Amino acid sequence: MSWFRRERRGVQPIQKKAIPDGLWKKCDLCGEILYVKELEKRLWTCAKCGNHFMISTQQYIEILADPGSFRETHTGLISGDPLQFKDLKKYRDRIREYHEKTGMEDAMVTGFASMDGRDVVLAIMDFSYMGGSMGSVVGEKFARAAQDAILRRRPLIALSRSGGARMQESIYSLMQMAKTAAMLSRMSEEGLPFISILTNPTTGGVTASFASLGDVIIAEPKALIGFAGPRVIQQTIRQDLPEGFQRSEFLLDHGMVDMIVPRDELRRTLEGLLDFMCARAASAPDQEVKDDSQSPAVS
Amino acid sequence: MRHARGKEGDAKMVQRAPKRHVLDFEQPLVELEDKITELKQLAVVQNVSVDEEVGRLSEKADRLRNEIFAKLTAWQQVQLARHPLRPYALDYVSALNTEFVELHGDRTFADDAAIVGGFMTLNDRRVMMIGHQKGRDTRENIRRNFGMPQPEGYRKANRLMRLAEKFHLPIVTLIDTPGAYPGLGAEERGQALAIAENLKLMAGLRVPVVSVVIGEGGSGGALALGVADRIIMLQHAIYSVISPEGCAAILWKDQTKVKEAADALKLTAKHLLSFGVIDRVVPEPPGGAHRDPAAMADTLGQVLYEEVNYLSHVSPTVLRERRLKKFLNMGYFEQESP
Ligand SMILES: [Zn+2]
Repeated sequence: MSWFRRERRGVQPIQKKAIPDGLWKKCDLCGEILYVKELEKRLWTCAKCGNHFMISTQQYIEILADPGSFRETHTGLISGDPLQFKDLKKYRDRIREYHEKTGMEDAMVTGFASMDGRDVVLAIMDFSYMGGSMGSVVGEKFARAAQDAILRRRPLIALSRSGGARMQESIYSLMQMAKTAAMLSRMSEEGLPFISILTNPTTGGVTASFASLGDVIIAEPKALIGFAGPRVIQQTIRQDLPEGFQRSEFLLDHGMVDMIVPRDELRRTLEGLLDFMCARAASAPDQEVKDDSQSPAVS
Repeated sequence: MRHARGKEGDAKMVQRAPKRHVLDFEQPLVELEDKITELKQLAVVQNVSVDEEVGRLSEKADRLRNEIFAKLTAWQQVQLARHPLRPYALDYVSALNTEFVELHGDRTFADDAAIVGGFMTLNDRRVMMIGHQKGRDTRENIRRNFGMPQPEGYRKANRLMRLAEKFHLPIVTLIDTPGAYPGLGAEERGQALAIAENLKLMAGLRVPVVSVVIGEGGSGGALALGVADRIIMLQHAIYSVISPEGCAAILWKDQTKVKEAADALKLTAKHLLSFGVIDRVVPEPPGGAHRDPAAMADTLGQVLYEEVNYLSHVSPTVLRERRLKKFLNMGYFEQESP
């Protein structure tokens, strides 16, 4: 696939702003002008309103994994354009453009890592690659990551940000919802923990499949999370949506997530949760059955 | 206990004679058929023989029908799949003359009439039937939300599937929805979660699951009843990740480009069979299911019986392994050597 090996052309998104590039950034929630050095220290969260800026997959790996412990898995999977899809642009060209722009192969990176010495499997989505949409590659990578977790009896942690299923793969992308959910059904049977972290924004087919199936679901503050996008809902019901609708806090209020965790506490929270969730993962499954038969409730 | 009912006569309600509805491309054919009917009536009234003329026109109608249906565009398929006279889940239930005990409610919040389900017989077999249900007129469509389920619909389906597993009943699902409802309440009550939980549950069920897309297979809202051992489509049904309208608006940035979007999405039964995503296409009567609902129901009944019978001989463990493998194999990508 020669087109894929091409050099990055240095295509950068055009940013319209009066603020000098690189030094300052404007918070898109509260409008506050923030000093980039300070933002970096705060893991790209707004000091004024707590808005969590979108960060790269690499940055999440640094936040979540022990330094130097991340080993990427399942590289070299490239979307095959099963429908030879063409809208205003050819899907194949979009794939190439996003690869050149982001340096990523698709919208998910998987790998092994350790967290406070505990081995885990990570699956991190990236919105910058085609809106974090889930097509065949994302589905396959997630399924393989879950398979890794099962074979090595490790917890799986997924971090989502996605506009949903990738339209250009139509039925194939739809079926990735079933595929990822099917692997999680298997993980549950194996008694292995799956923690799902929802970040801004997570909607559509990703929310309606693996991202909602966490044994524990964590949301970053103020993230937009939902099934349908707010615009579609507004067009359907023809009325204004309430303040804060489909934001993390709204989801917590409605019982859809376990907790809202700011970025700088993510890792500590995960470690604490895994302490409780990994007891069964550590023991072999057949031992489990023996223990059950000896329980006082049966005798 | 034929057609035992919860609160209203669901199975009976849809039997009312529907109004006439003719699609653009059906028009010349329907005109010809009207002429034939007229001629036959005239013959009775005036006591003259019109056999020759009727025969000639019937032949012409057959030719015309074949011509139109041989080169249906993707958009025309979409229109057929959404035809207001197309049989819906409960139409099949009543036409098949089965025993059907409808069950209601998600035991948490409400009974969503956009999804129906219950115990059903298929000849000598007992199954759990679950299907999307559209309405035939405005009043019923409002009640059934045009076949767009709320989370409660999916949770009712989830409950019924677990019931089926408990009582070792094969599950038959009839898929026909524009999609899960994108509303405020639906979001508040976890539409995404309700769908996701069905996908996960179905993947691990210990009973056979046969799914048939009988009309519109609209995205996750359809798939939430579709993680099956056998995925079947009626000839003119469609199945895709997004509606042509939605796709046109997002990718073409122009809502009128529905024909282009319908083409690009490759959403017809023929396409999906060639991709290996579905297992079987069930032929419809000439002109589509709505032209002869009784014949369609007959065929569908036979197919369902055959499929359920076949799967009933497979052990639960093998069923589940095969189902997992089936869905793990879904996808199309290239693997570069590292
Ligand atoms: Zn701010």
